[in-house]
Amino acid sequence: MSDYKAGSNLEKVLKAGKFAFTGECGPPQGANITKLKEKAAHLKGCVDAVNITDNQTAVVRMSSWAASLTVLQEGVEPNFQMVCRDRNRLAAQSDVLGVYSHGIRNMLCLSGDHQKFGNHPEAKNVFDIDSIQLINVVKTMRDEGKFMNGQEIDVPPKLFIGAASNPFAEPYEFRVFRLAKKIAAGADFIQTQCIYNMVRFRDFMKRVVDMGLHEKCYILAGVTPMKSVGMAQYMAKQVPGMDVPDSLIKRLKGAPKGKAAAEGIKMAVEQIQEFKEMPGVAGVHLMAIEWEHRVREIAELAGMLPRPVV
Amino acid sequence: MIVAEAKPISEILTMVKGLKKVLVLGCKGCVTVCNVGGAKEAGILASSIRIAGRKEGIMVDVGEHTLERQCDPEYIEEVKDIVPSYDAVVSIACGVGPQFLSERYPGAKVFPGVNTKFMGGAVAHGIWSERCAGCGTCVIHYFGGMCPIARCSKSLMNGPCGGSSHGKCEISKDVDCIWDMIVRKAMDQGRLNDLLEFRPPKSWTTARDGGPRRMIREELVK
Repeated sequence: MSDYKAGSNLEKVLKAGKFAFTGECGPPQGANITKLKEKAAHLKGCVDAVNITDNQTAVVRMSSWAASLTVLQEGVEPNFQMVCRDRNRLAAQSDVLGVYSHGIRNMLCLSGDHQKFGNHPEAKNVFDIDSIQLINVVKTMRDEGKFMNGQEIDVPPKLFIGAASNPFAEPYEFRVFRLAKKIAAGADFIQTQCIYNMVRFRDFMKRVVDMGLHEKCYILAGVTPMKSVGMAQYMAKQVPGMDVPDSLIKRLKGAPKGKAAAEGIKMAVEQIQEFKEMPGVAGVHLMAIEWEHRVREIAELAGMLPRPVV
Repeated sequence: MIVAEAKPISEILTMVKGLKKVLVLGCKGCVTVCNVGGAKEAGILASSIRIAGRKEGIMVDVGEHTLERQCDPEYIEEVKDIVPSYDAVVSIACGVGPQFLSERYPGAKVFPGVNTKFMGGAVAHGIWSERCAGCGTCVIHYFGGMCPIARCSKSLMNGPCGGSSHGKCEISKDVDCIWDMIVRKAMDQGRLNDLLEFRPPKSWTTARDGGPRRMIREELVK
């Protein structure tokens, strides 16, 4: 018998005590998978697993399970994302069975952005169960071999269960407790929201470590490199729950003309190096939005290559 | 109460276009309290229909009447002699009223004059806010007396999502983050531990998801 819960590459890397590195990739807004394959090729060998987003920002894209399969066929391990916005408990459980049967071994459980932000704001949302309940559903399916109704599953799906955490959203005092709830519900690993305020994140991680949460769950720190001053300003002002300090924007502005992107990468690399030393942090989740072709460069500069083979 | 808002007059005029005799029927229940469907509003709507008709050269005979409630057959009965003499009835009660009228008077054309919004109350003069989703199994005691089913945009039961900012919901600065309120109240009361317990998935069988609902109290059934 394997000691692994799911046996995914990501789980093996984390369990071996290696500093994990995950990437992210959005499915296409169409049935054309050429670009998706290109993105997968950029990420291959650079990361341990790649998150495949699920109608992110409530914009219709190819289903996350289908895009996950494409990526898997390209030799990259997917981390299949599922949001509660679009599925009730029947659809959620059946998709869990489906992805497992096709070789997917990681899953990230999310609430999902409200449809108001997306390209179908007239949609009816579902939210039959919330993200923490979803975590527990997937864990129960895996560890007890049972559906939500208690019925036994013929070949339970064994998935390595992930969840998200935003240390910067309000009310701040509750964030570490919400993380604890996710872990208690069954999360094996956590990927945090993009971190820019390192002071506040360090404080958050201190609380995580004091509560011993890092011993129950692997915590991957979220990094999104800034491509431009405009992007930084947008993230600071327009994206709910994002904490972008003025000093960061100032540093980007101070970069020589045409070098803001390079400065953004440099900052991301510095962050990754700091996370490697930060108590309780088990890896980094790099969300290089539409910048998959720069991931290898970032990984190299941050000393993340070659990726461990466990 | 049930909170409603007036339909745009243009929409109502489209409904009654070409009709000669129209009855505007108000309700003294919730819609009177939220200033949209009482005797006063019935009068205003009736005048608007008359004026619009006159502009088109049609003298529309518009009657006005306001019932004690439109969600009770007993009161619906009150207009049994006048409804048949009209081409149509515009009910400005909540969505229940026009349906009770349609059921009682199958030969009548019944139009809704308001949009029924939600179950809630007035938080300030002229401002109403939703409080209850009518899920059929109240759980607010787990959340400091506040309902995340009705008041969280995602109906989350285990804490605030990552979009809570300055006490507001990510969907709009005009919407309070109910989870921010729940957490702060729990902290103020020194009862944060209550919120750390996992709240399991809810059964929606008692909500609208379980099909159209009906309630029977045997002791009251004659």
